[in-house]
Amino acid sequence: MSEKILYGYTGLFDSPDSITHAAEKAASKGYKKFDVHTPYPLHGMNKAMKLPTSKLGYVSLVVGLSSALAAVLAMFWISAKDYPIVIGGKPLFSFPAYVPVIFEVTVLSASIATVLTMLLIFFKLPNNGHPLHGTEYMKNVAVDKYGILIQAEDEKFNEADVKKFLEECGAVNISPVYFDEEEINHKHKILEPKFIGFLLLTALFTSGISYLTLNKLLYLPPFDWMMEQEKLNPQSTSTIFADGFGMRKPVEGTVARGYLPYAFKGQPEAAGENLVNPLPVSKSVLELGQKKFDVYCSPCHGYHGEGESRLRGQFPNPPSLHSEKVRTWSDGRIFHVITDGQNIMPSYSTQLTAEEKWAAVHYIRVLQRALNAKESDLQ
Amino acid sequence: MSVVDYTKELSVIEGKPPLRSLDDLISKPLETKPDKKFYIALSITLSMLGLFVIGLGLTFWYGIGMWGNNNPVGWAFDIVNFVFWVGIGHAGTLISAILFLFRQKWRTGIARFAEGMTIFAVMTAMLFPLIHVGRPWLDGWLLPYPNQHGIWTNFTSPLLWDVFAVSTYFTVSLIFWYVGLIPDFAVLRERTSGKVKKLTYSIFSLGWRFSNRHWNHYEMVYLILAGFATPLVLSVHTIVSFDFAVSIMPGWHTTIFPPYFVAGAVFSGFAMVQNVLLIIRKIFNYEHIITVDTLDKMNKIMLVTGSMVGYAYAMEFFIAWYSGVEAEQFTFVNRAFGPYAWAYWIMVSCNVISPQLFWIKKIRRSVPVMFVIAVFVNVGMWFERFVIVVSSLSRDYLPSSWAYYKPTYVDFMILIGSFGFFFTFILLFTKALPVVSLAEVKAVVDGAQPSHKDH
Ligand code: HEC
Repeated sequence: MSEKILYGYTGLFDSPDSITHAAEKAASKGYKKFDVHTPYPLHGMNKAMKLPTSKLGYVSLVVGLSSALAAVLAMFWISAKDYPIVIGGKPLFSFPAYVPVIFEVTVLSASIATVLTMLLIFFKLPNNGHPLHGTEYMKNVAVDKYGILIQAEDEKFNEADVKKFLEECGAVNISPVYFDEEEINHKHKILEPKFIGFLLLTALFTSGISYLTLNKLLYLPPFDWMMEQEKLNPQSTSTIFADGFGMRKPVEGTVARGYLPYAFKGQPEAAGENLVNPLPVSKSVLELGQKKFDVYCSPCHGYHGEGESRLRGQFPNPPSLHSEKVRTWSDGRIFHVITDGQNIMPSYSTQLTAEEKWAAVHYIRVLQRALNAKESDLQ
Repeated sequence: MSVVDYTKELSVIEGKPPLRSLDDLISKPLETKPDKKFYIALSITLSMLGLFVIGLGLTFWYGIGMWGNNNPVGWAFDIVNFVFWVGIGHAGTLISAILFLFRQKWRTGIARFAEGMTIFAVMTAMLFPLIHVGRPWLDGWLLPYPNQHGIWTNFTSPLLWDVFAVSTYFTVSLIFWYVGLIPDFAVLRERTSGKVKKLTYSIFSLGWRFSNRHWNHYEMVYLILAGFATPLVLSVHTIVSFDFAVSIMPGWHTTIFPPYFVAGAVFSGFAMVQNVLLIIRKIFNYEHIITVDTLDKMNKIMLVTGSMVGYAYAMEFFIAWYSGVEAEQFTFVNRAFGPYAWAYWIMVSCNVISPQLFWIKKIRRSVPVMFVIAVFVNVGMWFERFVIVVSSLSRDYLPSSWAYYKPTYVDFMILIGSFGFFFTFILLFTKALPVVSLAEVKAVVDGAQPSHKDH
């Protein structure tokens, strides 16, 4: 059996006055590594032990100020740079409105930082392996005794001297404290089967829960983004109407906006002569036309109207829109093809409003002009 | 009649009990099996909690249409309860932080308990905005974080300030509470012999050693936290009042709201602390720790804050008249004599009139009477929020949209349930943790501090 390693000598006192005296004496005798243990803080003990004022205030100051600054910068970046939205006519960066948040952030981060610094850095807690734990001494100072400890590490430490010193001060229960053998020799065994088993179980559990939440739970009511609603959907049957359809036809004789009945059904030539494009050629009109053309026409006619269909032969390729014929057609004539269809090309009346069709016609003109540019266009 | 010697401070703890007996007494509830009374109380609060769960379940499943809220009263019981519970939560930090800064030693007996109450009250309060959004599982959207929607929260909105204020308040109170508990966990660790208990207490005490090198920093941190918590506690109810004051609703848009709300919060908080403490004190025989002197002082604070609240009620009327704004004038006449007059007069009689009885010393020191008055104050403060929220909304600028708000049964289930939630925590707290701070109480027993004779 090896020799036990001495941690220090402890002694107990009964009254706050006597412990204060003892602390004063220990400090003036030149002991550096000594400590006083009391069930509650004693007034004047800092002075008796010659402890400097705690520096934790600086932690609060630095963390508090820097997080205040961080909060201002973050709000500036968010509200004025990344997501600028005018709310209530206020400037994008409206400092007065940020004051509450700045204040809260400051208090929150400063308090957390101060407490964590104290516990983790200043006190080096948690530390349940300290030699004082589990001693009779600790049991006493926790309740109603006042104890002093002089550590063996101290330069002036000398067993006989310290014992004598404590006796002179009037301490009772003077006793040595040793390091706990088990505690010193203890090694954290990461590869212990129990620990690995625990890790595995945790992994299984968390992944199982996440899988179920993300893939099952989120699709159950009421979490399902209101997918299930008590309303009639287009294809569902209805008990309200006699015909059992959930979908209803518009009331007889009504006309939806932009869908006036077409006057030149089956009369391409008349349409070409009488219809005039009502839209001006402007950037927004052309952009609308391009959008509609790319969505509704380009699958067959190609993005450039040259008949380069993307349907890979599943539908006959249409002729080019750059032909002499179509170029000389009036706008009304092209409008007629879109509205009424032509041979195997279907009508686009249900998909496009009149305005959108006219815009598409303008856009076709742009495409045509692009392939057959005039000399003057170059200037 | 005995003559009081004002040159000496009154003892905070009566009769100079030996320190060990304090430990024994305070940790007794933790070391003994709970008795029948405890189980009866717990079963009552748990049934109330059950109502809460059912009420919330109905709300989640069918949506907040289950509540009485409807145009124009879009805020009702949910916000009333939120403000009520946040208000209750203000007493704890006031006692532990502001009274600490003012060196009011009498706070030690009640501080731990009041702090615990703060935490539970704020927890209860936080539930309400979270369920009010209708889909509580999306509450994460309240926080500003980079997200796939590409949008950010609005930092100019009082509702967002609320998110920050209440969550900060909760966190800081919790930290404050825990820091205070560390030495007590260490005491319990030294007392207990049970293996599981010892392990738990060891973990939570973090291996605290009662070292004065630690106490030195510890006291500094306590001071700093108190310094932070003091403006914090004032800011929280100020920001809650901004929810109303920053809007343009008549009856809400007033600058008196922040101080008036804070006074009201302290008022109701003290009433609740007093109510619950009186019961605890009786059950656990803490009469000499939570002395009549302490209760007397609490009642004085209620008297002060109650008068402030009464002053604010009067001032609202005065300003409505003085401002010459018609809508504002109408709102206040409507409060006192309109369809919600019944609520208004309950509020006035409970909040303004009943605490005035505390001018009389006999009443301030009579336990049963002060209990009843504090109950009245609690009721009155709930109605104050009801009056503010509902009476203003139900009759706003546009008479064509006026409507009378009526709560549904689900509203009541949630209201009663919130009390169940709160009191269940309180009951478990009394059994799980020391409800009086061991270290702090010992420090204020007569003769516990060095006398400094020879200096
Ligand atoms: C489903 C494929 C398809 C789509 C989509 C389609 N077309 Fe056609 N288009 C055709 C075919 C095929 C023809 C040739 C019809 C024929 O045989 O006369 C044609 C003919 C035409 C013609 C007459 C060309 C000519 O030389 O006679 C015009 C103009 C025209 N389409 C415009 C459009 C416009 C504008 C759109 C978009 C709204 C569109 N098409 C969408 C298949 C399509």
